[in-house]
Amino acid sequence: MPQTAIEVDSLSKVFHGPRGDVTAVADIGFAVPAGGTMALLGGNGAGKTTTISMLLGLLIPSGGSIRILGEDMIRHRYRVLPRMNFSSPYVELPHRLTVAENLNIYARLYSIPDRKARLAQLVSQLDIGALLDRPAGNLSAGQKTRVTLAKALLNRPEILLLDEPTASLDPDTADWVRSYLEAYRRETGAAILLASHNMAEVERLCDGVLMMRQGRIVDRGAPAELISRYGRDTLEEVFLDIARADMSEKVPA
Amino acid sequence: MSQSLDRITAMVLRYTYLLRGSWPRLLELAYWPTMQMIIWGFITQFFMGHSSWVAEAVGVLLAAVLLWDVVFRSQLGVSICFLEEMWSRNLGHLFVSPLRPHELSLSLMIMALIRTLIGVLPAMLLAIPLYHYSIFTLGLPLLAFFVGLMIMGWSLGLIIVGLILRLGLGAESLAWVAIFAFAPISGIYYPIETLPAWLQPIAWATPAAYVFEGMRSVMFDGVFRWDLWFGAMAVNAVYLSFATLSILFAFRAARERGLLLQQGE
Repeated sequence: MPQTAIEVDSLSKVFHGPRGDVTAVADIGFAVPAGGTMALLGGNGAGKTTTISMLLGLLIPSGGSIRILGEDMIRHRYRVLPRMNFSSPYVELPHRLTVAENLNIYARLYSIPDRKARLAQLVSQLDIGALLDRPAGNLSAGQKTRVTLAKALLNRPEILLLDEPTASLDPDTADWVRSYLEAYRRETGAAILLASHNMAEVERLCDGVLMMRQGRIVDRGAPAELISRYGRDTLEEVFLDIARADMSEKVPA
Repeated sequence: MSQSLDRITAMVLRYTYLLRGSWPRLLELAYWPTMQMIIWGFITQFFMGHSSWVAEAVGVLLAAVLLWDVVFRSQLGVSICFLEEMWSRNLGHLFVSPLRPHELSLSLMIMALIRTLIGVLPAMLLAIPLYHYSIFTLGLPLLAFFVGLMIMGWSLGLIIVGLILRLGLGAESLAWVAIFAFAPISGIYYPIETLPAWLQPIAWATPAAYVFEGMRSVMFDGVFRWDLWFGAMAVNAVYLSFATLSILFAFRAARERGLLLQQGE
């Protein structure tokens, strides 16, 4: 695996609409080392999901470059897609299919060798055995998170992109998910990039933080480093400083 | 290649699970063709007493309606399977997997074929005891007609998928109604020469027009017109090429505009 798992340079995305152009991401650059965990932090509309969508190949950038595992993601995404995966509470699995059917389909989509063994392993690790025959649409938020995580880990991804991995979970389930992700990274050396609004989660999981505002990276560093630089006690206070700077720019003088 | 087959099999399985999990869906597949067959069966019976044209080839209207349903089911099969992904907000997961647009398209076409057979075969079989007419007496030409109409349905289905991908679920109703715009110019129940002169060139740009003329040639004259079948396949090649370009273009446009993560109910 290359030393740098994700390398982004001068990345931008402009949406062209009838009411004019909207710049969702403006000239951002960052790198995530192999085995590292990086967080994208920012308020709603900061550009986190747009950035993740471009990294996944779901969105074509307006400019800049993305290299994932050494490959040019924009030109050769099918070389990289089998080696990465994604989970988001906002993108669902087919509701009427059972959990087992869903996982079987995705195991085939990723051409997983020895599907049965891999599925059995994940079912055991994520404790979803009792859910296998239930339709995906009938699961609780916590159960859905575990099942979507199983889908995201089917291909033993070297890069895992997570959009708000613990959104709408109770504290116990959220803690369990964080522990699982920590263990997965430790055991596999995978790189994780996550977008989150949960500062405690970011402090616990991430070695690096990218603070985004209005499509730009306005600050970056390790959580402790940012807290110290802003003279605050927690990352949440740093986040609020940045978000409120955003608000003060919007309020007319 | 084997990985590609894996992915296509995965997608076919995905739609089969959905189909077998819902008896109303299975019933619905067979419902309309059967209903159409019954209604047109009565019309045929009526014309048997009033029209020498129909009397010359027993079953011509029944054969026409059953074959028209092949186009409809084929188009609907492609469109509905894709709509399932939109309804379940699953496009994001699918397109971050190694699944390629042409693999998804092939999966949709395979499922459309399965759905068409489930839908049309019962009606074809039921016509035998009800009206003493078997469409299978057409012999091998039936297979040729089926292929020609199936490809037309696939092409229209893929074009509609492209439109839904670009326009969102607001364009969903196209899946049900678009095909009927082709019905009057397809010469299903009457020869193309019945149409006004200005409309005939447009009709000949429809694969189904060649198929239905070919069907009447077999039924009235006992001759399989290869020229008509090749005509159908040539126009089908144009339709399918356009459909392929249209879906690739729509997929790229969806990636430009960020629609793949936003689609849903």
